Amino acid sequence: MSKKKVKKLIDEKGIRHDGRKLNELRPIKIEVGALDNADGSAYIEQGKNKILAAVYGPKEVHPKHLALPDRMLLRCRYHMAPFSVQERKSPAPSRRDIELSKVIRDAFEPAVFTEFYPGTSVDIFIEVLQADGGTRCASITAASLALADAGIPLRDLVSACAAGKVDGRLVLDLNDVEDKEGEADLPLAYMSNLNAITLLQMDGMLTGKEFEQVIDLAMGGCKQIYQLQKEALKGKYVEVEEAIEEEAKEE
Amino acid sequence: MTSSIVARIKQKRIAQLVSLGKRLDERGLTDYREAQVEVGVIEKAEGSARTRLGKTEVLVGIKIEIGEPFSDVPDKGVLTVNAELTPSASPTFEPGPPREDSIELARIVDRGIRESEAIDLEKLCIESGKKVFVVFVDVYVLNYDGNLIDASALAALAALLNTKVFNYEVKEGEVQIKPGYKSLPIHNYPIAVTFAKINDKLVVDPELEEEQVMEARLTMTFEKDEKICALQKGGEGYFKIPQILEAAEIARKKAAELRKLVVKK
Repeated sequence: MSKKKVKKLIDEKGIRHDGRKLNELRPIKIEVGALDNADGSAYIEQGKNKILAAVYGPKEVHPKHLALPDRMLLRCRYHMAPFSVQERKSPAPSRRDIELSKVIRDAFEPAVFTEFYPGTSVDIFIEVLQADGGTRCASITAASLALADAGIPLRDLVSACAAGKVDGRLVLDLNDVEDKEGEADLPLAYMSNLNAITLLQMDGMLTGKEFEQVIDLAMGGCKQIYQLQKEALKGKYVEVEEAIEEEAKEE
Repeated sequence: MTSSIVARIKQKRIAQLVSLGKRLDERGLTDYREAQVEVGVIEKAEGSARTRLGKTEVLVGIKIEIGEPFSDVPDKGVLTVNAELTPSASPTFEPGPPREDSIELARIVDRGIRESEAIDLEKLCIESGKKVFVVFVDVYVLNYDGNLIDASALAALAALLNTKVFNYEVKEGEVQIKPGYKSLPIHNYPIAVTFAKINDKLVVDPELEEEQVMEARLTMTFEKDEKICALQKGGEGYFKIPQILEAAEIARKKAAELRKLVVKK
């Protein structure tokens, strides 16, 4: 995060450079069941972010020695496509990718009833096709739906959203420029019904008071996303229901 | 950090103790183990420090080389942090390429130093866009008994404060090393404070057995003016808001205490 700024990212009226208000999310489009082969999948567009999440399992663990006797093995791979960012990214997993894979997995552990499927594995594959800031959060939002779509029993959907500080103002859902030029970025994942935070990271600088406000802001974003997730999930099953009815009529 | 099996009776014992506000080694819930810092332990490194938190022992060596800057910040020096969980430090550490745990550890230490702007990287520029100093912070875990994050972050800061940069002059585009040293320009002192959540209570500076039974982990890094500069939640559990705010309050105080060990005024 650099001190030098090319131009102001927020104008006097509190409008951000992409036209959003301070506490406004980017436009979000979610599709559940975007992939055929996966047991569950979801696709999300959040601003310019375009992310696919696929879930395979529960299935036998490979390699076998990794199997856990008392619960399922939850695995996660967060991966960015080489063309997803301005400068081509090597397809080999970076240290950032490995860290994000871990914190995303940790974000789902409290949500999944892992004890229902001992000795099995569930793999979450996240492919970031285009990145524009806040990809870990959008990935969690999508992967959560992919898990639900795969029929994995969940305590709650996990919704994720970042908030932070840009040009001295507290803002919701930072995009790439705001993340890079801003003063702080705090991604947060949240289970709305259980009121539990399952991912929390931060970089930048915040006072204790700002920290409280930013957490509040991010949680507010998560709650809005939670509604969108529920709609998207219902949306798919309404389609399925209609398709079944149609088939029944034809017969 | 690594999941390994703990006897259920011990698990229960730790949880019971914590609910009574006690711990296995008779510390209070918000007490650190005895912390020791020793600097200048490796002569060949430009800076070094060894920290101990109880039996956890971490060595940090700093090497400085001349390299190229990143193209988006041509007039800033480069900071890289790497962590080695050496196989001699624990029966659960194995040789091989860095695993998830060591990458996460390095990135948490890195975030504290970078986000608090502890090193004035602009002063490490030799020739804009061409030559800058590269600061390698290598975290070497010597003995693992829990809470590697705080021990590593503390050692890294102590080592950076102890780091000397060689004098140089630029002649016809070539950097020539001259005798004598300057200290590394350090402007901030980030301190990481890590909590384990056990039986829904917060415990500071978890030792190994506490880490093995903890539900979740939270690290907060505070800079010198008591602002938060980095956060990381780890582990399979979750946190609730009041707990996070409580942690921030404790961490702020603990960071100030720990900082006195490395920053002498």
